Amino acid sequence: MSPAQNLEQARVAALRGPIFGGDVGNRLFYGLLLAAAVLVPLLNLAVPQGSALHLSIYTVTLLGKYLTYALLAIAVDLVWGYCGILTLGHTAFFALGGYAMGMYLMRQIGTRGVYGDPLLPDFMVFLNWKELPWYWHGFNHFAFAMPLVVLAPGLLAFAFGWFAFRSRVTGVYLSIITQALTYALLLAFFRNEMGFGGNNGLTDFKELLGFDLHHDATRVGLFLASVGALGLGYAACRYITASRFGRVVLAIRDAESRTRFIGYRVESYKLWLFVFSAVLAGIAGALYVPQVGIINPSEFAPINSIEVVIWVAVGGRNSLYGAVLGAVLVNFAKTWLTAALPEVWLYALGLLFIVVTVFLPQGIVGFLRQRFGAAS
Amino acid sequence: MAKHMAGPMVLLLVLLSFFCNARADADDDAALPTDYPGLLAALPQADFSTRTQIVARIVELKPPHARELFAAWLDNRLESRQSDGKLFLVEAHDEFLDLTDPLTLQAAGSGKAEDFEQVRNNNALRKTLKVAIAEYDLADPDPRVRIAAVKQMRRDLDEETEAVLRQQLAVEKDRGVQRQINVALALRALVDTDPAKRLAAVQALDGENAPDVYNALLPLARDAGADPDVAVRAAALQAVKHIEIWRGFYEALETLFFGLSLGSVLVLASIGLAITFGVMGVINMAHGELMMLGAYTAYVMQQLMPHSIGAALLLSIPAAFVVSGLVGIAIERSVVRFLYGRPLETLLATFGVSLVLQQLVRSVFSPLNRSVASPSWMSGLWQVNDLFSLTRNRVIILGFSLVVFALLRLVLNRTSLGLKVRAVAQNRSMAKAMGVRTERIDALTFGLGSGIAGVAGVALSQLTNVGPNLGQSYIVDAFMVVVFGGVGNLWGTLISGMGLGVVNKLLEPYAGAVIAKILVLLFLILFIQRKPRGLFPQKGRAAEGM
Repeated sequence: MSPAQNLEQARVAALRGPIFGGDVGNRLFYGLLLAAAVLVPLLNLAVPQGSALHLSIYTVTLLGKYLTYALLAIAVDLVWGYCGILTLGHTAFFALGGYAMGMYLMRQIGTRGVYGDPLLPDFMVFLNWKELPWYWHGFNHFAFAMPLVVLAPGLLAFAFGWFAFRSRVTGVYLSIITQALTYALLLAFFRNEMGFGGNNGLTDFKELLGFDLHHDATRVGLFLASVGALGLGYAACRYITASRFGRVVLAIRDAESRTRFIGYRVESYKLWLFVFSAVLAGIAGALYVPQVGIINPSEFAPINSIEVVIWVAVGGRNSLYGAVLGAVLVNFAKTWLTAALPEVWLYALGLLFIVVTVFLPQGIVGFLRQRFGAAS
Repeated sequence: MAKHMAGPMVLLLVLLSFFCNARADADDDAALPTDYPGLLAALPQADFSTRTQIVARIVELKPPHARELFAAWLDNRLESRQSDGKLFLVEAHDEFLDLTDPLTLQAAGSGKAEDFEQVRNNNALRKTLKVAIAEYDLADPDPRVRIAAVKQMRRDLDEETEAVLRQQLAVEKDRGVQRQINVALALRALVDTDPAKRLAAVQALDGENAPDVYNALLPLARDAGADPDVAVRAAALQAVKHIEIWRGFYEALETLFFGLSLGSVLVLASIGLAITFGVMGVINMAHGELMMLGAYTAYVMQQLMPHSIGAALLLSIPAAFVVSGLVGIAIERSVVRFLYGRPLETLLATFGVSLVLQQLVRSVFSPLNRSVASPSWMSGLWQVNDLFSLTRNRVIILGFSLVVFALLRLVLNRTSLGLKVRAVAQNRSMAKAMGVRTERIDALTFGLGSGIAGVAGVALSQLTNVGPNLGQSYIVDAFMVVVFGGVGNLWGTLISGMGLGVVNKLLEPYAGAVIAKILVLLFLILFIQRKPRGLFPQKGRAAEGM
């Protein structure tokens, strides 16, 4: 059997499998996620600090951050790997979700800020603002902020996609305008007048739902929330891609005009997939912010979005666990290299881009499938 | 108490007697030497009023190089040697002075600053010196020097300057100079006691746009107490209105120019991309870094030739073309050629290249920004008229972008390379069948686009600091310009670049720079929805391929 046929078979198997069944990678993903959910809190909370097995709270937070990145990578993979929409602006949705969460956390600071103003966040006092802008109202309630984590990116994706897909902007042009979108948002959020903290963004958070963010147990809780979000998001994507909807999406990727001529409303499929993907990215952003403790406009930078694409490309697009693998691997390498050899990191990332696109167009997972096609 | 007072009293008396003596000396004209060297020799010991006399004498004698002497004196660069009292024009270098002989303007070696004493001047003397310099300049054969002199004199008009100007007007042949003198005389007449003369002066000034005229007329027009005469005030109001209309016009012109200037930068940044992206279909994310390499080439050339900045800049244009072009060819041969027909993949791979190039520059040159000096012919203002001036470097870059554009068109439309490039772009296999070595052409085309990016970088080095992130800030804009103009259409790129620049600058006064930029981006996003193939879409078979 030729490698291409193997690949095709694996793809079909992946498609036919239900959420939990299917190929090895899928089962491996759930297994590892479950293991992380049990072991990480245990090694941090139950094992005493002196022990060799003890996992520092720094590592727990780092792993939590990787998981939010993995969720973002899944979101990008869903539209790029499965629908052929190369989005270069997905961190815009990630950052919007993050800002919604950041605004909630900002309001939770209350009088504990540097200026101690009960209503205004520090940066507004600093900029001599007299009252809270209208769009900041309500963010002191968790139940108000959380829907916005989903709604803000979702609505933006809907508005953007509604225009873009209906007028059949595809390929490179779509990539470039998604990039322009996140660039425009970057510029806008940099402005102090926008009321989102300008250059410095939102930071100095104290607590989430009454739990102290600097407390180890809260950190572990956030890690578990990230595990849960990634697991659910993954399962949802898995379900979508295996469904009838998902197969139409695949058809669109492979032959858009043909799918349209058969009678499917291509733009609706694309639009809903795009919106769902943006919502996932927003949730990832909302989980990211309390763990890293800051959200600022640089999250909107086009380069970040391109970096997400490379995570997916490294892991292997059109396999969801590949995206997770890529996100974790590349970010682990980044953490390690920027600490050990900061000069080398950009060389490594750059070469990774080149090597993966030229030699490994299907990523690590695609390579493994090709190599050990029969086994999976 | 009395004992304490005695000292100062004596000093005062001495000073007073000295002052009276000085006056007596000054009145005695015969005491002054009659030749220029003699006058100069007397200068260091003379008091201020005698110095004024000496200046008047020198002006009468009109010896050569006296203007330089006055100018140096006005700048406090006239010093006398303590040992022999000889005068020198000086240029200070730390604690040493470069000396120039005032009689011959020849260099006269250097000396320690402490051995010299400055020949001081006071307010009255400075005024005399200015008038003297103006008189010299008014005698200059170049009308531009005379106009500058008149304008200089207009800042500070009094009876003496008026007399000098009237004298000059009688002999002046040049109409431009005559006009400036008439403006000066009218400005002077604005404070005349006769209302008829004031009215005539205001009417004479109507139609003049110079800032000093505006400033002189504005209080007359606005403030009822500024002039008792109603007719004068009405005429002044009229004149001020005329000036303001012209001001509005030139402000609009200036906005247009700023827009075109921004547009020229956008065109330079995107014209190379119009080749690699537009003609070859390669999404070259490293385009910005190729511009950065061009800018660094300009920096390196300047480091190599620190004493001839202008020549270094001119030489760095071909040098940057070669450097960026070769890097471009290397990118094409090593990465891009494996990815033809897969534009999204070229995007990712070239983005990797851009990261590597950025880090390379950071490692070689340090992450700090470098500044590239501008040669004198590129700095300063180009004063078109009283109300309108343009920054010279922007004018030159605007012209430069048009030249680059024209050359590129010429290469593509009039050379055999251009013919082959277009043939490969339109139908690769057919071109190959006709014997075109497509691989070679691909490399050369990519090199051409990259080389032009390098040339654009040289231009950018004159506008901003050169740093590793220079390219990144232009890449989104550059793609927007190419897509807006219509992929594969050079004219479209030119028009869209210039158009977006102008629109951006038109919006800026109302919305602020950042919002203007955001609005332009949003406009482009919406525009691409309506017309995905840009302003000037390619027609025919070539369009199918994209």
